[in-house]
Amino acid sequence: MTPEELTQAAEREATASTVHDHVVGVCTSTACLASHSDKLKKEFDAAVKAKGLKNVRVKAVGCCGLCASGPMVYVESKASGSSEAATRTYANVASEHVPAVVESLGAAPVAALACDTTQPFFTRQHKIVLESSGVVDPERIEDSFVVGGYQALLKALTTMTPEEVVEAITRSGLRGRGGGGFPTGLKWSTVSKAVGDRKYVICNGDEGDPGAFMDRSVMESDPHRVLEGMAIAGYAVGATEGYLYVRAEYPLAVKRLKLAIKQAERAGLLGANIGGTFFSFKVDVRLGAGAFVCGEETALIASIEGRRGSPRPRPPYPAASGLWGFPTLINNVETFANIAPIVKNGAAWYAALGSGKSQGTKVFALTGKVLNTGLIEVPMGITLREIVYDIGGGPLPGHTIKAVQTGGPSGGCIPEAYLDQPVEYETLVKLGSIMGSGGLIAMDDTSCMVDVARYFMEFCMTESCGKCVPCRVGTVEMHALLTKICEGQATMTDLEQLEELCEVVKSTSLCGLGQTAPSPVISTLRYFRDEYIAHIEHKTCPAGVCSGLKSGAVKAQEVLA
Amino acid sequence: MPTPSPRVAPPSDDKRWRLVEATMRRYNFAPAALIETLHTTQESFGFLEPESLLFVARSLGLPLSRVLGVATFYNYFSMKPQGEHTCVICLGTACYIKGSGQLLAQVEQELGIKVGETTPDGKVSLMGARCIGSCGLAPAGVFDGQVAGKMASATMLAQVANWRAA
Repeated sequence: MTPEELTQAAEREATASTVHDHVVGVCTSTACLASHSDKLKKEFDAAVKAKGLKNVRVKAVGCCGLCASGPMVYVESKASGSSEAATRTYANVASEHVPAVVESLGAAPVAALACDTTQPFFTRQHKIVLESSGVVDPERIEDSFVVGGYQALLKALTTMTPEEVVEAITRSGLRGRGGGGFPTGLKWSTVSKAVGDRKYVICNGDEGDPGAFMDRSVMESDPHRVLEGMAIAGYAVGATEGYLYVRAEYPLAVKRLKLAIKQAERAGLLGANIGGTFFSFKVDVRLGAGAFVCGEETALIASIEGRRGSPRPRPPYPAASGLWGFPTLINNVETFANIAPIVKNGAAWYAALGSGKSQGTKVFALTGKVLNTGLIEVPMGITLREIVYDIGGGPLPGHTIKAVQTGGPSGGCIPEAYLDQPVEYETLVKLGSIMGSGGLIAMDDTSCMVDVARYFMEFCMTESCGKCVPCRVGTVEMHALLTKICEGQATMTDLEQLEELCEVVKSTSLCGLGQTAPSPVISTLRYFRDEYIAHIEHKTCPAGVCSGLKSGAVKAQEVLA
Repeated sequence: MPTPSPRVAPPSDDKRWRLVEATMRRYNFAPAALIETLHTTQESFGFLEPESLLFVARSLGLPLSRVLGVATFYNYFSMKPQGEHTCVICLGTACYIKGSGQLLAQVEQELGIKVGETTPDGKVSLMGARCIGSCGLAPAGVFDGQVAGKMASATMLAQVANWRAA
């Protein structure tokens, strides 16, 4: 498909859609599917058909974000003769509401279901990665053509040299969205300069952090955006093959990605001679098999090669010697999803967003003890307080926010007092946490910070691959100590030993898993040491979570005494 | 590139072996196809039996130790048959913060088994998940492949009890 043909296809699709005065979009992402939105979509189909409405299109769309109020449905209506569309959003839609919603097309909205889209949850967001999520049907490539899908790829192929693409990504200031924040442009330029008979592009979709589902949502809601980003990367670094490594726990994402690859190949946007140019790029999906360590790049490569996911020492970095020993570019799903908009709108546009050394936007999975849970995309530099209180709607009634946890098992807990800090890579590191892949979990007065630390340590202990001693043995020992504290059996000596172990495991482990495993302990000790002391000295769990201990607050004087 | 290995006859004339062979053929019987092949095998047979591992090892020209190593390394692969029904409770951070740990303890008590086990009558398997990515609906679980969000302990225990009674 040449650029002209792509434009024509997009126009054809746009024209075809003019016969529809109303579009009913039903979210069919995992969260809404759990509330049977697939059945809901069929019921809408049937209701529309029964009434013989030719001007209504019912379409399955991806995630609209407010997962807690699913199933989400939106209705886009055009007044007759006008091209302006008005959108109504409905939340918590059930089967019995279908007739009322269909009846309301062209009339007054169904007030009982209306979801207020002027609330900060919607207005404070800035969508780049998620701009088409919840708008396009993820199973129809034509839908993504209408919103500009694959135009950036063809623009890069026909008007830019690979060096210019790398240069654009570098100037945009984009950094790795998997959590580490390595400058993406620098990675690309390293791989493009590396010498090898073949090169590979790998998309890391092994979203292992518990409490995070950004990548799943992007892959399920807008798979073509990820593929487009990978193809542009392939062109920029000189790779002709790409692998998408996706968790087996995400069957819907796998299904939609495989379908998207087929559709793109049929349209000539993946495969041989893309867009009539000399560039060929083929993408294959590889399933993970439930190992957290496979998010580490060298372990991920081992897994694609069909081996146990054990990491190996770096250097050599995958950029020099990766898959099958060839130079390999590995980026996260969200990083690839940012590529097409940067190429389309220019590096300067992207670099203007954000603050400090963190450009663009970040997608977060906002969960835990806040009113609005779901998927959000915010500009870098927004404060944590705005995310938790404005977008998240604040704590549950009768409770107060105690901390937010970012970065999953590799991150830390940031106490309420520091919520006015901006979301930037460096700031979060200074606070003892990391940006992470995007899990943002709010904790309130009913969450015990020692228990949270123990929870993450249990995770790291189980997920340690066992290759290096500090991680394999250290996590077990730290978990035992934390359990002892939670059970009220520990002494202050145990606490000292715990702190010492944190240092050892952090500085001597082979890969990121072990090096960051102590982070949740270190950060909770830094900010919530009093809770540890309450468990040890007063046999009290202030949050009342640890069974067997007294619950209730320990007075400050008692802690100091 | 690895060379295709000679074909090995499947352990039985069960038609499901054809699916397993089809996967290996798609990857030209290359050792790199191991994980994909194990996925197909588990999908077709429900779990990985020793004879399946041996067949896969011989077909891909790999030592059995390597196949066993991979099969036991990844959490997704199971070497034990599953019960008639499966109950998965998500223990991701969002679910844990919202009390899925207590929910799991209640189900364990109801069924009289620990997480990762199957009831002696083979009716129900109880599993914990790292994170099923339905954090917006915490606490979440998967009952016979159906994701259930915002689980309440009463409805959940009733579901499990129903399975046992049926």
